[in-house]
Amino acid sequence: MDSNLRWKAVFIALVILLCIFGLVGLPTFPTSLAQLRDNFTRRIKLGLDLQGGTHLILQVQVNEAVSLQTDQTIDHLGTQLRDKNIRYEDLRKVGDTQILVHNLAPEGTAAFRDLLSSNFGEWDVAPAPGEQSGYLLTIKPSTVAAIQAQTMSQSEDTIRRRIDALGLTEPVVAPYGQGDNEIIVELPGEGDPNRAKSVIQAGGQLELRRVQDPNPYPSEAAALGAHGGILPPATELLPSKTVDASGQGSWYLVDRSPIITGRDLRNATAIPSTDNPGSYEVNFTLSTDAARRFGPFTEQNVGRPMAIVLDRKVESAPTIQSRIEDSGRITGRFGQQEANDLALVLRAGALPASIRYLEERTVGPSLGADSIRHGVQASIISLLVVLIFMVFYYRLSGVNAVVALLLNLVILLAALAYFGAVLTLPGIAGVILTIGMGVDSNVLIFERIREELRAGKAAASAVDMGFKRAFLTIIDTHVTTVVSAVFLFVFGTGPVRGFAVTLTIGLIANLFTAVYVSRVIFDWHLAKMPRQAALSI
Amino acid sequence: MDFFRHDVNLDWMGKTKYFVALSLTLLIIGTASWIHKGSLDYGIDFKGGTLVYVRFASTPPVDKWRQGLVQQGLGDSVIQQISDIASPNANEVVIYLPQQGQGNEALDAGKGAILNALHATLGSGEAGKQDFNGASPDMIADVLTRKDPLSAGPAGATRYQQLAKQLTDYRDRQARGVVSNLDNLRDAGAPPSVLSALRDSFYAGPFAVVNVEIVGPKVGADLRRQAVYVTLYALAGMLVYIALRFELVYGAAAVLAVFHDVLITLGLFSLLHFEISLTVIAALLTLVGYSMNDTIVIFDRIRENLRLMRREPFKEIVNRSINQTLSRTILTSGLTFLTVLVLFLMGGQVLRSFSFALVVGILVGTYSSFGIAAPLVVAWNHWKGQGAVPVSGTTAGSKTRPAETQGRLAPAGRR
Repeated sequence: MDSNLRWKAVFIALVILLCIFGLVGLPTFPTSLAQLRDNFTRRIKLGLDLQGGTHLILQVQVNEAVSLQTDQTIDHLGTQLRDKNIRYEDLRKVGDTQILVHNLAPEGTAAFRDLLSSNFGEWDVAPAPGEQSGYLLTIKPSTVAAIQAQTMSQSEDTIRRRIDALGLTEPVVAPYGQGDNEIIVELPGEGDPNRAKSVIQAGGQLELRRVQDPNPYPSEAAALGAHGGILPPATELLPSKTVDASGQGSWYLVDRSPIITGRDLRNATAIPSTDNPGSYEVNFTLSTDAARRFGPFTEQNVGRPMAIVLDRKVESAPTIQSRIEDSGRITGRFGQQEANDLALVLRAGALPASIRYLEERTVGPSLGADSIRHGVQASIISLLVVLIFMVFYYRLSGVNAVVALLLNLVILLAALAYFGAVLTLPGIAGVILTIGMGVDSNVLIFERIREELRAGKAAASAVDMGFKRAFLTIIDTHVTTVVSAVFLFVFGTGPVRGFAVTLTIGLIANLFTAVYVSRVIFDWHLAKMPRQAALSI
Repeated sequence: MDFFRHDVNLDWMGKTKYFVALSLTLLIIGTASWIHKGSLDYGIDFKGGTLVYVRFASTPPVDKWRQGLVQQGLGDSVIQQISDIASPNANEVVIYLPQQGQGNEALDAGKGAILNALHATLGSGEAGKQDFNGASPDMIADVLTRKDPLSAGPAGATRYQQLAKQLTDYRDRQARGVVSNLDNLRDAGAPPSVLSALRDSFYAGPFAVVNVEIVGPKVGADLRRQAVYVTLYALAGMLVYIALRFELVYGAAAVLAVFHDVLITLGLFSLLHFEISLTVIAALLTLVGYSMNDTIVIFDRIRENLRLMRREPFKEIVNRSINQTLSRTILTSGLTFLTVLVLFLMGGQVLRSFSFALVVGILVGTYSSFGIAAPLVVAWNHWKGQGAVPVSGTTAGSKTRPAETQGRLAPAGRR
């Protein structure tokens, strides 16, 4: 036999071995049938629609971060204008991205512009339309883009940390879509999506602030009334988290600036409450730097209440008994899971902007099991139909096609395992379609060979011409389908992507099996056949 | 074995007017249905809303339930019992709640309302006990580890995890998600002590939610837009590819044929009340690829025959090409059609619309190659008044010299 042919056969055998190894040989080499099966199920990653799980698309409200930046700029600008004695009537926020400086004293204009260009470089200034001496500051688009990008990446990281802390198997957190600040979260396996959703969405912004007045007020109006209608400088009113039966809460007058924020936490844990047996509380410890601030602060404020503020609501306001260095408690009537989730969220960090859910899909495991069953049954039946037909119609060459087709499927599955690609229900449909379209290549070649034989060519020559003539057509047809699949991959999510991936890999593998492997088998057969014998096709 | 006579000489191009008539009829019927309804039957992917699939242990009380939903203020919901070729006794119901306004309410408000209605109508089970049909393996393992019916002590945790997985596997695979009586768990291999521990903490709820899909308004609108763009881009990509491999007119003919296929498929979808979902778009793009395939095989043969049969009129060359590829076309379409037919019948309810698109698509796609694309090329050729269209591209060594081309004007009277 031609030694070239022998090398080709060896090469094909190696490919087969590699594929089989990829499917059942990892992670541990199997020593029993059960382990073989176990490896196989582990190697093929199932999509959410087959194993069950939850798929969420959420949108980060990045405008909040921009708006926050504008707020902070107003504060800073106000302070600096006053420091430089530049008089103005009012600083007002317009929308999320603009600041109106109302009635700036004309003699301060030059100093104003100097100040802006030196300290507020991210803002464009223009005369305010319709105002005599007012200016409209607009934040630069490039700065907006930078804030949005940073908010997105910080949100993604925080969400990922929170989900990892929930201990789910192989979750997915990734940016999604065409730049609309969307993130996709996939949580495979069973479980209550509601818990995951609330953990993801929780603001998690912790602040410790000093309380100005010893007692809380029953309403905002009462608080204002007690201070003659205007709140003292650098303070604000925050509501309590708990409300009584009629929906009324208390209002606390607290410092505007927190002494401690969530970023200063070193750790947070949930432990059973000592005061309220049966409920839980969250203990947190502070970083060294924060402790250095906190110690003197608490020492100076012994006897005064300190508000523990979570997401702009006062959880509790215990009185400072003595100097505290680096720890604190958040008490409230938390259940165990609530306390655990709060500790988790505090450890993972606060979200820089709030989250809105755009899409939620939950596939229960029983539906997943059904889908797998249907998909596998349909695959096997269609495979059998095709194989039986090919053998009947093309006799021994049909067997050639069968071998090529089976090898095609093995390579397809092995490729999925090696790339870690996910198999979805449409992906199984893609496998079935690969069977149908893959056999097309063989039919093209065989019909061509038959044509050449009818025209009187000898077996070897007919096979040669058959493959040559059909090759370009096969390339053309495969390319067009793969082009569709590529578009589907770029555009689709989850299940549709699974379909695009299996179809593409299946067709590329088909090029190898229907053209190369089939040819090798033919050549091998021809080499063994007597020269003038008829080809079984 | 061979089905075909290999000396057929059917006059395909002569039958063009029948093909056109057929295509027009199909297109008109399809588009009429579409227009009559106002729009296509969009699935939840495109129109937004909430879909909840619920499985029952026995026949679901649909009417009672419909009233319950109306009482909850969800009068515009649509409840449908699912009966499926593959699983006729499914006892499964799907509830669709259209998009409730564009506002900032929680995305899952609809799901919450539906579940409330379910519990209100069907009772929320026994106090203090959890619904076994809604419990995750972790929850079950938790309860078992606490109660420790097998007296396994602290080491029992893994054992209870495995047992819980076994029980839920039984529930999800054999019992299809709803266990009607906790005693049935004996078949899952649960020893009696475990069963009584379960009975203390769980009850067998009458239903299980097997699938929830909630699509907000933004996502739905995004997807509608994207679906159209992607299809157009894919068609443009293929037009370019075919124009490069053959000639621009071939590319245009192929794309028009594919367009025709997609329109007919969508028309049939509308006629037969199938919903257009994201996977259906995937099927449409696949059928675009498949129809192109088929058309390319014929074009390829035409290109080859142009080189060989230099004296024939173009129409004859096209006829001959179709006849020569007939066996391959019928075989491949037949085989591929069989595989997607199997998928349609046995692939389960989730893939039904998808496989229907492929079933129709393969038939129409095969037909359009000789019924639409080839006649278009012939018509163009006729209109240009030449005997043949010079084919540029990468056919090996076939640079037709201009003199030869001109010399091939069809003899008078043979067009």
